[in-house]
Amino acid sequence: MLRTIASRLGTALPSLAGVVVVTFLLTRVLPGDPAAYFAGPVASPEAIAQIRAELGLDQPLLAQFARYLGDLARGDLGVSLTTGQPVLADIAARLPASIELTLLGLLLAVCTAVPLGVLAALRQGSWIDHLCRLVTTAGVSLPVFFTGLLAVYVFYFLLGWSPAPLGRLDSFMSEPARVTGFFLVDSALAGDGETFRAALAQLLLPAITLAVFALAPLARITRASMLAALSADFVRTARASGLNGRTVVLRYAFRNAMLPVLTTLGMVFSFLLGANVLVEKVFAWPGIGSYAVEALIASDFAPVQGFVLIMAILYILLNLFIDLLYGLVDPRMKEG
Amino acid sequence: MDAPLPLTAEAEPRPSAAIALLRHARYVISGNVVTAASFVLFFLLLLCAAFGPWLAPYDPLASDTMAALQPPSAAHWLGTDHLGRDILSRIVVATRLDMGIAISSVALVFVLGGLAGVAAGYFGGWTDRIVGRLADTIMAFPLFVLAMGIVAALGNTVTNIVIATAIVNFPLYARIARAEAAVRRDAGYVQAARLTGNGEMRVLLGTILPNILPIMAVQMSLTMGYAILNAAGLSFIGLGVKPPTPEWGIMVAEGASFIVSGEWWVALFPGLALMLAVFCFNLLGDGLRDIVDPQRRT
Repeated sequence: MLRTIASRLGTALPSLAGVVVVTFLLTRVLPGDPAAYFAGPVASPEAIAQIRAELGLDQPLLAQFARYLGDLARGDLGVSLTTGQPVLADIAARLPASIELTLLGLLLAVCTAVPLGVLAALRQGSWIDHLCRLVTTAGVSLPVFFTGLLAVYVFYFLLGWSPAPLGRLDSFMSEPARVTGFFLVDSALAGDGETFRAALAQLLLPAITLAVFALAPLARITRASMLAALSADFVRTARASGLNGRTVVLRYAFRNAMLPVLTTLGMVFSFLLGANVLVEKVFAWPGIGSYAVEALIASDFAPVQGFVLIMAILYILLNLFIDLLYGLVDPRMKEG
Repeated sequence: MDAPLPLTAEAEPRPSAAIALLRHARYVISGNVVTAASFVLFFLLLLCAAFGPWLAPYDPLASDTMAALQPPSAAHWLGTDHLGRDILSRIVVATRLDMGIAISSVALVFVLGGLAGVAAGYFGGWTDRIVGRLADTIMAFPLFVLAMGIVAALGNTVTNIVIATAIVNFPLYARIARAEAAVRRDAGYVQAARLTGNGEMRVLLGTILPNILPIMAVQMSLTMGYAILNAAGLSFIGLGVKPPTPEWGIMVAEGASFIVSGEWWVALFPGLALMLAVFCFNLLGDGLRDIVDPQRRT
């Protein structure tokens, strides 16, 4: 197992190197003066010249890159002009909010999409198959920010079931003592049921919005790969050998059908991390997505660069995790 | 009563390839109501994009604060926004900009990604390695996040939204073109073209590329939907298009603040327009695939 992890890490390294090079190039090679970007829109020429010297922009490109790598190794992503804080500290403070939202969204999506896809494949042409088709077609066509706004209108304005879409907790409630940064986990650890319920109420609507978005590709691929598995020779053999339907479906067909679903999960993560930015904007969610959007509007470049880098690293780590999971589900992959 | 059977095959001439394709297209469309509907929707979009300013009942920029935030009525079919501008007119006029962004970014990536992919698949070797590495590096980012970073670095303009959307779609096109070119590299007709003395570039551009175009065209239609969503997402967070220019993403963003107070029509209708456009291109892509590649029909 350790060797598998090591070899997977080896394959992730080139991606990581590519990501670092691209985030570097985004600022240095493109037209425009990076010093002016980093200085912000209202800086004087002297301030820009000073920043240029500070950033080492008067040096050759390779020296600049070495310096950038050194900064990264020390965890220095620059300073945000809007908040006045180091970018890494800002991102670290806001990251749990984004991760809590994304993971809950993904969990909801997987828990709905997989049973839906499997049932649609088992009962082809039934109402559940049509439901599956409707969900997959609607899910890919709906802009995620639009779904979010519709959800706010229906569940907050019309029905009043959900609290106002303004962040992680009502402003009159105090945050739970920070252990993990996930409000659900922290309030549960503190045994504070009221905060837990309030945090969940705030979290549910944005998470469902993300789930609707991630549902479509997952349900589609589950249905397709389950259909393929059910018509495979080994399932026919299993049935012919007299195994009962439940064993055939769950142990033989389902486990094989999960492999393409895991592969799709990587792509879904890519979409989810992007959609997260939009959902955070709709629900005023204090995560790193809304942080990056605020910085973008203010032409404050350091936070945006840090955000792109952190998101890419997260995405690479998630893909690594999926690869490892793949090895667990499919023993054949261990050798390869 | 019965017409005499033709004695020879020449009695009924074989239709030419183009007519056969048209007949097949008509067969696919008439057999599938959904595809037919998507074609109708597509022409409607084209109509709005071409003649939007003449079709719109009001000036999309004319504000009338007396009539601000009116719900849909006979005068304003889809209501008015916070400045009293007619939402229907703004949606219709915005079609050209939204379609323009999506079509130009898809066309750009079609040329860049298609050529790079075809070259990678045909030549192999270091061309393949460079294109592959480039595609892998782009794929290592969450795509929307990379698009945000590119727009932030290049500058906040509509042109840069087009470029960012094209870059983000590059791996998809490059990979498809590469796979299709690699399959055809040693096909009989390609070898024949080579043996008759055509140079490598001529074989690549004159023989392989035309054979790949239909498959790439399907891909174009399927990614149009994604390009529309990507561009609208970027303008929703305030990049690219500047108010008061009518654009669907920014209109939804402007309507977002009125959702909590119950003025649903400001955000709903531009959002529906977006959804219909994406829906149309997804269905159109499926329909085109049935026409181009009947084996993959689902």
